[in-house]
Amino acid sequence: MTTTVSPQQTTTTPPTTGSAELPSVAEGAGVWTTGPRGALLGLGIGAVLLLVIAPLTLGGFGLDLLGRYLCVAMVAVGIGLAWGRGGMLTMGQGVYFGLGAYIMAMHMTLADTTLEGETIPTFMRQNGVEQLPELWGIVQHPVVAVAAVILVPTGVAGLLGWAIFSRRVKGAYFAILSQALAAAFAVLIIGQPVLTNGSNGLSNFHSLFGWDLSDQANRTVLFLVVAAVLLVMLAVTWQLYRSRFGELLVAVRDQEERVRFLGYDPALIKTVAYMIAALFAAIGGALFVPVVGIISPADIGVVPSIAFLIGVAIGGRSTWLGPVLGSIAVSFAGTQLASAFPSFWVYLQGLLFILVIGFLPGGLASVLGLVRRRRSQGANDDGGQAAGSTTAPVSSEQEATR
Amino acid sequence: MSRDHRPSYLEIRDLRVVFDKFVAVDGVDLRVEQGDLRFLIGPNGAGKTTTIDAVTALAPAQGSINHNGHELVGRKTHKIVRYGVGRTFQTASVFEDLTVLQNLDIAAGLRRRPRDMVRTRQEVSPRILEVMETTGLSRHQETKAGVLSHGQKQWLEIGMLMVQDATVLLLDEPVAGMSQGERDATGELLTKLAADHVVVVVEHDMEFLRKYAQSVTVMAAGKVIAEGTVAQVQADSTVQEIYLGTAGTKSLEEAKVEAELLGLDPEAVAVSGSTQSKEN
Amino acid sequence: MEILISQVFAGLSLGSVLLLAAVGLSLTFGQMGVINMAHGEFIMAGAYTAFTVQQVLGSAGVSLLVSLPLAFLIGGTLGLILEATLLRRMYHRPLDTLLVTFGVSLILQQLARDIFGAPSVDVRLPEFLSGPVMILGTPVPASRVFILVLTVVVVAGLSLLLSKTSLGRRIRAVVQSRDLAEASGISSRRTDALTFFIGSGLAGVAGVAITLIGSTSPTLGTTYIVDAFLVVVAGGIGQIRGAVIAAAGLGLLQVFFEFGTTASIAKVIVLVIVVAFLQIRPQGIVATQTRGLA
Repeated sequence: MTTTVSPQQTTTTPPTTGSAELPSVAEGAGVWTTGPRGALLGLGIGAVLLLVIAPLTLGGFGLDLLGRYLCVAMVAVGIGLAWGRGGMLTMGQGVYFGLGAYIMAMHMTLADTTLEGETIPTFMRQNGVEQLPELWGIVQHPVVAVAAVILVPTGVAGLLGWAIFSRRVKGAYFAILSQALAAAFAVLIIGQPVLTNGSNGLSNFHSLFGWDLSDQANRTVLFLVVAAVLLVMLAVTWQLYRSRFGELLVAVRDQEERVRFLGYDPALIKTVAYMIAALFAAIGGALFVPVVGIISPADIGVVPSIAFLIGVAIGGRSTWLGPVLGSIAVSFAGTQLASAFPSFWVYLQGLLFILVIGFLPGGLASVLGLVRRRRSQGANDDGGQAAGSTTAPVSSEQEATR
Repeated sequence: MSRDHRPSYLEIRDLRVVFDKFVAVDGVDLRVEQGDLRFLIGPNGAGKTTTIDAVTALAPAQGSINHNGHELVGRKTHKIVRYGVGRTFQTASVFEDLTVLQNLDIAAGLRRRPRDMVRTRQEVSPRILEVMETTGLSRHQETKAGVLSHGQKQWLEIGMLMVQDATVLLLDEPVAGMSQGERDATGELLTKLAADHVVVVVEHDMEFLRKYAQSVTVMAAGKVIAEGTVAQVQADSTVQEIYLGTAGTKSLEEAKVEAELLGLDPEAVAVSGSTQSKEN
Repeated sequence: MEILISQVFAGLSLGSVLLLAAVGLSLTFGQMGVINMAHGEFIMAGAYTAFTVQQVLGSAGVSLLVSLPLAFLIGGTLGLILEATLLRRMYHRPLDTLLVTFGVSLILQQLARDIFGAPSVDVRLPEFLSGPVMILGTPVPASRVFILVLTVVVVAGLSLLLSKTSLGRRIRAVVQSRDLAEASGISSRRTDALTFFIGSGLAGVAGVAITLIGSTSPTLGTTYIVDAFLVVVAGGIGQIRGAVIAAAGLGLLQVFFEFGTTASIAKVIVLVIVVAFLQIRPQGIVATQTRGLA
C-alpha cells in the first residue's frame, strides 16, 4: 500500500481543541485495574489475605462463611464479564450456578450413599424409588462429575447463547429470556422430587472425593482450593479484559452493528463471553455445595439470580475487581444483617438496587474514579492540562487494562 | 489490495430493495472496477445509501451483487465484509469507549487467529502505524475515540477501512462536516486508494465531486439515470431535468448551488423551481 | 370430547389470567421501553386490596365490585409514584430500569410481608361465582368464566381507549416516535405518566381477579411476572393484539403439555417454544437504521 499523504495534508486536520473530558460509559473502568504490576499486586494481596491470613485468623465457622462468599463471588466475576463488559444483562446465572451445584451434590450424595453401603440415596428410598435413576448413575465417577460440572453448563450456555444472539435478540429481550430460564429451571428442580428431592434440596454431605468433610483440616484445604480457584478466575478475566477479545467485547457492547461491518460475528463474541460467565457460575455452584453443605431451589431461582447482580453493580460492573469486591461485601452485609434484622435487610437490598443502578450506574468504582481524577487534576493544575484529556499522554501500560 | 493479480470489481445487476411496499431501489445496474473513483449522486431519497446498504446486507436485496466472482446477495454482513467489502457511515460510527489504536486494531483484526485474540497486543502493527500517520491520528493513538473532533472521527473511520484489508470501499458522505483542508486531504487519499481498490463514494458535495470523481453514477427515484465522466453527466439531459426540474426535497437555493457546481445554468433552476414550493 | 373442551377452557382461562397480568406491562413496556419488574407487586397490591376490602365490608359480592375499581386506583397510583420518582430520569437506560424496579419490587414484597404477614391469605368467593357453569355440556368453574369475561372487557376497553380517544392517539404517537410527538406539541411527559397509571392500574385489576382462583401471599407477584413478560416478548412490543394471541397460545400450550407430562416439564417446554419462536420472528432487531449506526 502506498497511500501516505504528505505531511502538509495531514496537518490540515485541526488539533483537538481541548475538548472537555466526557463522562465515559464505562465510568471508573480504570479503578482497581492498573497495569500488570498493579494487577499482580492486587492478586498478590488477595492471595496473601485469602490463602495465608484468613486460614490463620478465622475459625472453622468464619472460614466456611468466607468460603461461601467466595463461591458466590465467582458468579459475580462471570456476570461482570457478561454484563459489565459484554452488555448482556444475564438474570439467569442461577441456572448455571444450580447446574454446577446439583451435579456436584448428586455426585456427593451418591458417594456418601455408597460409603454407607446403600445403593440409592435415602430421600429416594423415602420416595419409593428402588433403582438408581440413570441421570444419577452418570455422575457416580468423580472424574465424570467434574467434567459434567464444566461441560454441561458451558454447553447449555453455548447452545442457548448462540440461538439467542445469532438472531440478534438482545437487550431487554435477552434479559427477560434469561430470567424465564431461571424460573423454569427452579420449577423443573422442584417438580422432580424423585430426582432432586424437590424444594428440600440436597444436603447432609459427609465426604468429598473420599475426604471427610467433618475434619477441620480437610475443610481448610477446601477453603484454600476455593480461594485459589477464585484467584485464577480473576487472573483469567484480567487477561481477557486487556486482550483483544476484551476490546472486541466492549466494542460489541457499545456498537454491536458496527462490529458486524468489520467482519466479525457479534453473536460468536457474545456467546463466548456468555459461556465463560456460565462456566464461572457453575464452578462457583459446584464448590458452594461442599462448603455450605446444602443446595436447594431457593439458591437458584429468579430472585437469587437477580440478587447475584447487586454486588456486581455496587462494585462497578465493568471493572475488573469491582464485581468480586462488591459481591463479597454484599454477602457479608447479608449474613450480618439478615439474621438480626431480616426485614431491614430486604429493604436495604431493594434500596441498594434503586440507589446504585438508578443514581450510580458505574458503582462505587466511579466514585473512586472521580476522586482519583480530581486528585490527579489538582496535581496537574500548573501544567494546565486535565488528566485524561485528549492531550494528556496516557501510558500504554495503563491503557492496556482499561 | 486484491489478493490475486486480476483487477477487483463490484458488479450490481438488477438490484431491487423493497421496504414493506415501498420500492427504494428499483433495478439498479452498476459496475465499478479497481482504478476508478466512482461517485454516486442523486437527490435525497434516490436510493444511494440504500444501494450501499444492500451491498452490505443492511437492507434486504434482490438481484445480484458480485464481487470478484463472489455472489453477495443472501449472505450475512460479516461474511460480506470477509469477502473484502468495507464501508463507512454518514454518522461516523467509531467505538467511543475505545482508543484510536484499539479502534484500528479491531478493524485490522479480521483474520486473526483465536489464539491471538486472547493475547494482549504486544506491538502495534506497521500497517496501523502507517494508517495513523496517513490520517494524522498518530498523536491521538491513546485518545478515546469519543473525544475526537467530528472530522477526526471521519478520518478514523476511513483509517479503519484502510486497515481492514478490504478490496471494495464504500464511503457514505465521507467529507460531510469537514473543513476545506480536510476535504482536500480526503480527496487525495481516496484518489490514491482508488488505484488498488474499488471505491464508491456517496456524496452531496458537488465541488468535491468535480475535483475528485473519475466517474459518476446519477440515481433518482431508485434508478440509475446516467453514468459517465463528470463532463458527460453534466451534459446529460435527464440529469439536468432531475437537478433542475424536480429538485426533490432540496430547497431552491440548494438546487441552484448544486446546479451551478455541476456546471449547469443556475437560472434554469430558478425558472423551473419557481413553480414548486420552496421546501417540501 | 369433554376432556378436550375442559382442556381448551383451562388453557384459555390460564391465558386470560396471563393476559390480564401482561396487558398493562405491554402498555408500559411498549410505550416507554421501561421494564417494570414491580408490575408483579402491583398485581399483589391489587390482591391485597381485595382481601382488605372483604375484611372491611364482609360481603364477598359487594367487596368484589368495590375492589375492582379501588385496586385499579391503588395500582395506578403506585405506578404513578414509581414513574415520577425513578423511571422518568431513566428512559435512556431501559435495561437499568429493570434492576431499579426489581429493587422496588423487593421493598413492596417486604412491606406486604410486614403488614399482612408471610403466610398466604384467602379471599372468599361470592356466592354467584362459587359453583360450576355448564359450557357445551362441560362443567367449568364460574370464577374462571368471570375472569375470562373480565379480561375480554378490560382488553376491549383498552383497545377502544387506544384507538378512539385523544389520549389513545397521544399514546400511539409517542410509541411511534417520541421526538416527533414532542415536536407536534404532545407532552410526552404527561402521556407517559398517564400510560403508566393505566398500565399499573390494570395490574391491580389482575390482582383482584387472581384472588378468585388462588390464595394471596407477598410472593404472588413473582409467580406471575416472568410469565407476563414472556407474553409481552412473544407478542411483540406494545402490541395488544400480539399480547392476546401470545397469552392464549402460551396458556393453551402450557395446559396441553401439562396434560401429557407435568406442570414443571410443561413450563420448560413452553419456554423452549418461545425461544424457538423468537428464532423465527426475532423482535428487537434494530438493523433497519441505515444512515448511520449510532
